[in-house]
Amino acid sequence: MADEPNVHRPKTIIAPGYTFGTVTDQIASVVLTKRTPVFWYINFGVSLVLLLLFLLAVGVLFAKGTGIWGLRTPVMWGFAITNFVWWIGIGHAGTLISAILLLLNQRWRNSINRFAEAMTLFAVACAGMFPILHLGRPWLAYWLFPYPNTMGVQPNFRSPLVWDVFAVSTYATVSALFWYVGLMPDLATLRDRTHNRFARFAYGILAMGWRGSARHWSVYETASLLLAGLATPLVLSVHTVVSFDFTIAIVPGWHSTFLPPYFVAGAIYSGFAMVLALAIPLRSVYGLQGLITDRHLDNSAKVMLATGLIVAYAYILETFTAWYGGNTYEQAMVWHRMTGPYAVSYWSLMFCNILAPQALWFKKVRSNPVLLFISAIVVLIGMWLERFVIIVSSLAQDFLPSSWSIFHATRWDWLTFIGTIGLFLFLFFLFIRLLPMISIFEVRTLLPAAKVEEEAES
Amino acid sequence: MIKPIYGLMAEFDTPTALVEAARAAREKGYRKLDAYSPFPIEELTEALHLHHHKLPLIVLLGGIIGGLAGYLLQYYVTVVYFPINVGGRPLHSWPSYIIITFEMTILLASISAVLGMLALCGLPMPYHPTFNVPRFALASRNRFFLCIEARDPLFDRARTIEFLETLKPREVSEVAP
Repeated sequence: MADEPNVHRPKTIIAPGYTFGTVTDQIASVVLTKRTPVFWYINFGVSLVLLLLFLLAVGVLFAKGTGIWGLRTPVMWGFAITNFVWWIGIGHAGTLISAILLLLNQRWRNSINRFAEAMTLFAVACAGMFPILHLGRPWLAYWLFPYPNTMGVQPNFRSPLVWDVFAVSTYATVSALFWYVGLMPDLATLRDRTHNRFARFAYGILAMGWRGSARHWSVYETASLLLAGLATPLVLSVHTVVSFDFTIAIVPGWHSTFLPPYFVAGAIYSGFAMVLALAIPLRSVYGLQGLITDRHLDNSAKVMLATGLIVAYAYILETFTAWYGGNTYEQAMVWHRMTGPYAVSYWSLMFCNILAPQALWFKKVRSNPVLLFISAIVVLIGMWLERFVIIVSSLAQDFLPSSWSIFHATRWDWLTFIGTIGLFLFLFFLFIRLLPMISIFEVRTLLPAAKVEEEAES
Repeated sequence: MIKPIYGLMAEFDTPTALVEAARAAREKGYRKLDAYSPFPIEELTEALHLHHHKLPLIVLLGGIIGGLAGYLLQYYVTVVYFPINVGGRPLHSWPSYIIITFEMTILLASISAVLGMLALCGLPMPYHPTFNVPRFALASRNRFFLCIEARDPLFDRARTIEFLETLKPREVSEVAP
């Protein structure tokens, strides 16, 4: 029924008037231009400064040890693990957009998947930093992997922390592969379009001699589909495994079977918030409103609203199970969160994650980029607070009141966290400058002209 | 003496024209031909009869090998190499092996998908005769090319040019080897 060519034509995904040539030229010109916008220099400069602060914080950490952070018994998982969970969650939206929406044939994803995947890669890079920095002796991080060694010991495969090592490193590898495979045809485009000899050589090597042969496309399409099929269960598993770091322990507030889906929903929630927070400024600076249209923002906001409601449900359920389960420690934990030393964080996260996003029900809010940008930032803050409350408040007040102690973040905690935002933005702005931020070949397939018109006789 | 060539290449403006040209060339009996386009065209795969390749099998094998390796690694470490008796619980604690087995399956399957794709495409290949056609740079922008290779038994420089001209291309060019 929908096979009529005029019904099937994707009208609203990208603005009318684009041709194969103009799409290619517009996206490629962001990279190939000699005039880098001031916006880029300012952002790149700021993120470089933050990155240097991060290196400073890490240097001090290496010299003095994790004591420079606010980690004191019983809160031994402070900012580092909060930041780890937050960053890795942000990464999830990229894989969701590139893999799950590909399998579901949601073609609107084609103009946002590239930078969302890049976002995944850089977020995972930031995330992976924290457990390693948190080791105490980060230079021995390779001990986490099973390898034949003179000590005669091996990792404990029954520990969720070792599962996490495998999950996160697999996720990082698969995301990088998926991203690179998606880039190959566009690297070939850049190779063919640049006038700079060095750039032609560099893009040529990276494109591996891609020439758009029909034989290659047919294998390539299968490969992307298979990678998407593999990445889909992977992305759902990664945050599940991250939540196992908590649920397998018996700490009240952690030991619960609904943490995995709750974490996955929260991950997608914060990830889409980050997609919006990046896409809104980028499209206005680079004039890409015709490619990243209001419809993209609208759809992303809807995904955010939906996952936000799942997260809200999880908060309600968490409180309900604590009451209904009748476990004294669980009840005390919920009471401490609501009224204890972390009450401010708890109620702010409720505001940021549940109350504020309800504005997204209104079309007026969803179609206003400025308001959307603000609500994305609010959600990002809310999700960070959520991870903080889950981790720190549960540890600070556990079973024995005599061991209770409050966590105080030091300036090094803050510097390391803000420093990774610098690292993320640094990598992201490098990516914007050096690689096409929108998948050129996939946007070409969205144009009405890409449809092959079949003759009646064949 | 005439220099040997790699083939003859016709340039088209639209994907429809390319698919029609590919069909016509197949009908005419040409077999050693390839089409080049700036994005994947489903109809082209069918027009050139390109259905079968072994990538799914490669990925399946990669996944199976990864899964087995993950499981056996954990079995070997926890049962044979470094057994730890925790309250008399069984050493072969398979439920706790599931996650790493799963992750290794995905990891090896994905790596074999990418390496398999490159191998089946014969990439990386920095040099290819088609790059000798100056206008071929547009194959990654907005033009569509059909190339009939000289090794095709039906190939004859004059007659193939004549045939390609009947398909109303923008241009027909010779591809230096």
